[in-house]
Amino acid sequence: MAKINMLQAINDALSMALGTDEKAILFGEDVGHFGGVFRATSGLQEKFGRDRCFNTPLTEQGIAGFANGLASNGMTAIAEIQFADYIFPAIDQIVNETAKFRYRSGNEFNVGGVTFRTPYGGGIAGGHYHSQSPEAYFTQTAGLKVVVPRNAYQAKGLLLASIRDNNPVIFFEPKRLYRANIAEVPEGDYEIELGKAEVVREGKDITLLAWGAQVEIIENAADMATKEGISCEIIDLRTLAPWDAVTVAESVKKTGRLLINHEAPLTGGFAGEIAATIQEECFLYLESPISRVCGLDTPYPLIHEKEYMPDALKTFDAIKASVKF
Amino acid sequence: MSNATSQNETVHRVSFLDKDSIRIPILKILQADGTVYENAVLPVIDEALAHRIYDTCVFTRVLDERMLGAQRQGRISFYMTCTGEEASIIGSAASLDNQDVILAQYREHAALRYRGFTTEQFMNQLFSNEKDLGKGRQMPIHYGSAELHYQTISSPLATQIPQATGVGYSLKMQGKRNIAICYFGEGAASEGDFHAGLNMAAVLKSPTIFFCRNNGYAISTPTSEQFVGNGIASRGPGYGMYTIRVDGNDMLAVLAATQQARAYAVENHAPVLIEAMTYRLGAHSSSDDPSGYRSKDEEAKWQQHDPVKRFKLWMINKGWLTEKQDAELFEKYRSEVLAEVKIAEKLPMSHIDTLIEDVYDTPTPRLQQQLDTLKKHLKKYPKSYPKSEGRV
Ligand SMILES: Cc1ncc(C[n+]2csc(CCOP(=O)(O)OP(=O)(O)O)c2C)c(N)n1
Repeated sequence: MAKINMLQAINDALSMALGTDEKAILFGEDVGHFGGVFRATSGLQEKFGRDRCFNTPLTEQGIAGFANGLASNGMTAIAEIQFADYIFPAIDQIVNETAKFRYRSGNEFNVGGVTFRTPYGGGIAGGHYHSQSPEAYFTQTAGLKVVVPRNAYQAKGLLLASIRDNNPVIFFEPKRLYRANIAEVPEGDYEIELGKAEVVREGKDITLLAWGAQVEIIENAADMATKEGISCEIIDLRTLAPWDAVTVAESVKKTGRLLINHEAPLTGGFAGEIAATIQEECFLYLESPISRVCGLDTPYPLIHEKEYMPDALKTFDAIKASVKF
Repeated sequence: MSNATSQNETVHRVSFLDKDSIRIPILKILQADGTVYENAVLPVIDEALAHRIYDTCVFTRVLDERMLGAQRQGRISFYMTCTGEEASIIGSAASLDNQDVILAQYREHAALRYRGFTTEQFMNQLFSNEKDLGKGRQMPIHYGSAELHYQTISSPLATQIPQATGVGYSLKMQGKRNIAICYFGEGAASEGDFHAGLNMAAVLKSPTIFFCRNNGYAISTPTSEQFVGNGIASRGPGYGMYTIRVDGNDMLAVLAATQQARAYAVENHAPVLIEAMTYRLGAHSSSDDPSGYRSKDEEAKWQQHDPVKRFKLWMINKGWLTEKQDAELFEKYRSEVLAEVKIAEKLPMSHIDTLIEDVYDTPTPRLQQQLDTLKKHLKKYPKSYPKSEGRV
């Protein structure tokens, strides 16, 4: 066990993935010798050679299509999209190709070996284009798995599981936590099962649900609520597609209340899907309407970022409103 | 029916073309010592134009140096310089009509300055204050001005390239003798948008200049890992487009090429591709450290090709500038920039109401409701939101 940050944990996972699978190939803009703009791939080209870890030309469309081609012919493709904001040029390859390869060919071909890693999220004064959380665009696409770690420990275990999963995965990394989150991370190889939520903290009055960087926000809000005598159960979804409705429903049946927090805009965000499902599953157990604390329905702003964010204070207010309902 | 292959000669044994089949000359007019090459054909330039160009060079150098410093001091969050590329940007901007529409990548603030963007306007954007034309919504350096026909910068690379094709076509349809000019790096030229934009411009005959700043790097990626063909220029003829490669550190060469490209585009309603061979002397941005991917020696070598110095020597040789005037110009801009920084950084940020403006032409009821809820929250906890405190 060593205390390392999330970038180091990701680097470690990538190194392990390349080391244990000789068919694994790692690529993207600036990921070669330089080690990526966030340095997640530092030292890997030196270790595994230029054929297995390299810079691509600057084209996300090309990167995604290339990944599909590699994986369709038996390789393990690990592609970095430099910022999640720049995944959109690749959306046709991902949504129409990656996601449907297996289905459309009757499983004659599949691209289960593809993993796209990409830094997402705000709180870094990046304005729109360095702050978006585009996960919901991909959760609507059947055939993709969507995974979001909240700390260094998860980043390593979930990334290894994603790379080795026999389905294409989009792995969103909370860049706000890249250096800020330091955790005990086992040195050896380990995986965290995809599709399973984690109950981070047990409580009895309300269930708070988030993923990635927002888990820390709901934990802070829960601490504030504790001082007012409200006991919060905290769940980290970890995988958004497929998401673990069973764990969430069990919790809500116990607490009677649910609050979902995400950074992406409210309308069409993944919280809407969760709320609708839990309302179906737990209608008779609910003591207040399911509450959503999310980004506003605007592009991600720069100067009003603090005001825009679904922060701990807004979450705390929403917890109180839900409990008092 | 016209299929180009019918014009080609026929051969009866296999013979491939390779990258050396395409030879592209590079236009050079001005030498390192400020004299012009023998037989060089000069662009259209008089003393007044030379001064306006040089003035823009000096302002840009000062702005870049000071604002990079301001970023290091934590006064602004981000900055990007165009150091080393001034001749490419200013030489091309100086060849345009004021009504020509500029669609830039992000490193072309010198072109905006040439058009007349004031020091105060630069500062308002960099400090995201309430006078920023972009209402403080984008990171520093994302300038834009409708008045100056300079479309607001968008970070996703290459998106402006097919847009420029559309702008050029619209100018043609509106019967204007104007063009669109689109700037991009050799890295951005790898994006699908580049290929779509150029092909459409050629086929639809859009009067657009595609101006590639080939400055050697895309963040850390050298051109050798970006493309293996003969640069970006080689693609122009492939799309059936007039194309020229110029020394991007040579103000007169860029000026000459862009002047003629513009005239051609206007007369023929057709696009032109210009590839300016230059070098990014600075870091990619204030978040980047180039020592991780290139040598000091390489940078030092390119320092000797300083485009501003070369142009200055030419002006001195012409008797249009003295060292003393040059020093005074730098001094003037240093104090001007400093004074404007002090004013701009004290101005408040735009009102919270602007958060929901411009998402649509008018805020939807749902957005209005979200803003009202937010304002109630801010009123309840003013101390937690120091930037909007008391201004709700
Ligand atoms: C679609 C997209 N992908 C990635 C990025 C991140 N990015 C910003 S600048 C840059 C390099 C651009 O290089 P180039 O076009 O050569 O221009 P230069 O910076 O050299 O002027 C990259 C990869 C982006 N802004 N947009």
